[in-house]
Amino acid sequence: MKSPDDGIIIKGSREGLLITLGPGAWHIVLSTLETRLTATPDFFKGARVALLVGPRKLVEADVRAARDLLARYDVVLWGLMSDDEETQHVAAVLGLDAQLPQRERPEPRPQPVEPAISIEPPQPIEPATSHEPIEASIADDPEIGLVARRTLRSGQQLRHPGSIAVLGDVNPGAEVVAGGDIIVWGKLRGTVHAGAMGNDNAIVCALNLAPTQLRIAQYIARSPEGRRRKPTPEVARVRNGQIVAESWEVK
Amino acid sequence: MPARVITVTSGKGGVGKTTTTANVSVALALLGKRVACLDADIGLRNLDVVLGLENRIIYDVVDVIEGRCHLHQALIKDKRLSELYLLPASQKRDKSAVRPEDLIKLCNDLKPEFDFVLIDSAAGIEEGFRTAVAPADEVVIVTNPEVSAVRDADRVVGLIEAAEKGPARLIVNRLKPGLVQRGDMLDTSDVLDILAIDLIGIVPEDEGVLISTNRGNPAAFDEKSKAGQSFRNIARRLSGEDVPFETFKEQSGLFGRFSRMLRRDSSHRSG
Repeated sequence: MKSPDDGIIIKGSREGLLITLGPGAWHIVLSTLETRLTATPDFFKGARVALLVGPRKLVEADVRAARDLLARYDVVLWGLMSDDEETQHVAAVLGLDAQLPQRERPEPRPQPVEPAISIEPPQPIEPATSHEPIEASIADDPEIGLVARRTLRSGQQLRHPGSIAVLGDVNPGAEVVAGGDIIVWGKLRGTVHAGAMGNDNAIVCALNLAPTQLRIAQYIARSPEGRRRKPTPEVARVRNGQIVAESWEVK
Repeated sequence: MPARVITVTSGKGGVGKTTTTANVSVALALLGKRVACLDADIGLRNLDVVLGLENRIIYDVVDVIEGRCHLHQALIKDKRLSELYLLPASQKRDKSAVRPEDLIKLCNDLKPEFDFVLIDSAAGIEEGFRTAVAPADEVVIVTNPEVSAVRDADRVVGLIEAAEKGPARLIVNRLKPGLVQRGDMLDTSDVLDILAIDLIGIVPEDEGVLISTNRGNPAAFDEKSKAGQSFRNIARRLSGEDVPFETFKEQSGLFGRFSRMLRRDSSHRSG
């Protein structure tokens, strides 16, 4: 999926989508945003969004306009991140979060105290960054995937314009929406939508593919009723206008 | 050592939160622990009824928070166990009368004098739930072996994780061994398969619990009650003992076989 070069960057995160708005007059930026919303309404429907507006100064009416615009596409605005103090104040007035929730990051490994005799300090086996929460590894480029290293539980949602890999289960009641592919290294029992921006080449695969509902682009499928035999890894894709699930075999 | 604050919650209503809170509190007190149980379901007070202490209420938790009485005036001593106390909810007010920080302060005041503080939470995932979870050191989730209750429990497990109160532990309540054996009810393993959290107890369906609840005399007092035994085992596990999980299958094995035989007979007859 190639994202248009319009200054808008969309990322997935645990809290919902983070949309970075580029420079320019506010009403123009908003109309660019609307173009994006119109282009892929499926992807945005039901999303929670925070806007990252940089150093820009905004008044209450500006933010209300953004919120109303998003609401028309069934998108909830929950946060407004700005470097500008007045804009932060406006966010607070409107009950929006002005910063991303702080996550406790494990302290970087303390450097070994320099011994009196200089010997090579032992290298940590893993770089400290590998312990950071998954969302920290999201690249700015939406083509790069999002890796969620946890189980998604009922009511939790993961949304990303690129591909999503879940290292854990997707429980019933949870939802994963990706512009690209969805890979679940675990049991997939919730609802997933791959290729949500219209890419019907997208695939969904899971170690145990038993989703409540599976969508690829505009196609929708349900899991067959009844108890399944021993679960095997499967991949779902669109073939001849319908979603089919095949067992995952190396040919 | 200051008390451990344990919040009992579920998401879905009617799964047996209050009954569990009452019985586990009683069972802990029977082990000689000093226990305070706190009804945080403001406006829908009923922990006092289940414990049979309703007629002793003079002050409630809202009175304490709003400074109309001292904490010790509101604590009701159990009529059977000298180490069990109840802090009842208010019946006249609603959830907005108690803020999370109020409950945290209250628990901090209770901690030095008790071994356990058990909080009975409101159903749902709104204000009442958040308030009840705020002071918790540990969370116990009660669910029934049915799809809707497990779905709600899963939602709550996620919220507990997000609030960094986890990992929550699970009580599967009202399991019907006969139904499970016939494949008509989720088994404990099915529930754990979805929720993937530690189990701390399985309580079988037991009419005796209903009767004892109505009488205000929790089943945990009853030596002969199966459910009461399960609640006592939960209390021992909470106090750090390693108690193996009950297998209700064996006990109901004969009965199950018998009832299957009957069913087969009747189906022969009707067929």
